Amino acid sequence: MLQNALFFVLGGVVVISALCVIYFRNPIYSALALVTALFAVAGLFIILEAYFVAAVQVIVYAGAIMVLFLFVIMLLNLGDEESLEDRLSWAKRVAVVIASLFFAEVFYITIKLVGSVNAPKVTSGQPVGDPKTIGELLFTKFLLPFEVASLILLAALIGVITLVHRRSDERSHTSSDT
Amino acid sequence: MHPSLTHYIGLSVILFCIGIVGVLVRRNAIVIFMSIELMLNAANLAFVAFSTHLGDTSGQIFVFFVMAVAAAEVAIGLAILVNVFNIRRSIHVDEIDSMKG
Repeated sequence: MLQNALFFVLGGVVVISALCVIYFRNPIYSALALVTALFAVAGLFIILEAYFVAAVQVIVYAGAIMVLFLFVIMLLNLGDEESLEDRLSWAKRVAVVIASLFFAEVFYITIKLVGSVNAPKVTSGQPVGDPKTIGELLFTKFLLPFEVASLILLAALIGVITLVHRRSDERSHTSSDT
Repeated sequence: MHPSLTHYIGLSVILFCIGIVGVLVRRNAIVIFMSIELMLNAANLAFVAFSTHLGDTSGQIFVFFVMAVAAAEVAIGLAILVNVFNIRRSIHVDEIDSMKG
């Protein structure tokens, strides 16, 4: 009963925040709306008894990735984007129509099919979302993806350092602009 | 009463389509990145919903990897964006239309 009410409240918060992300002109408002959406999704994870994933979502997604977004937005010091009615408004209407068709189609398919997937919740006594179970699986069955993920992060680190590295004897690009 | 799997997947589909609209409609490159994050979160929600309803933890472990890849992608994408801004002085996607420079 409480889970039902919580699901609808959090689901409403997620949908409204997501609509705010794509609606606001100022990118800082969009970033803050996305943080709200991420927190609400973490709440949904908690309702689904995935406690570890909810904590990781708050720490990594809302705590690191969104902070990175906000840093870059404030570094670039952008103003507001121009209003939707300006350039290419016909393309935007077409995009919304196509996305709505896609949504209606996928929604219909999932409602039809997912209902038949409703296997009864397997209660084997083992909790599904706690760190112990995740840790056991992560280091036995999913060991290779785990190591590959660390390589991906290493590649990202090297890539970012290469991209923003500036040699001290090199003239910066901005001084040669008119 | 626990909300059924259909509710969660329906919510995931809604979020995904809002992300699609954001990628197609917005012209600011950073907001496009944020819409991509919305889509990734929709997929994570679907993974965790299936994982809980079928009693299999593998879904939540995959969410782990999706978050790691999303973090790497955001870092590199924003670094590229900062470099493009230094040269073009704009991150309006319509104005970044030449490969030169």
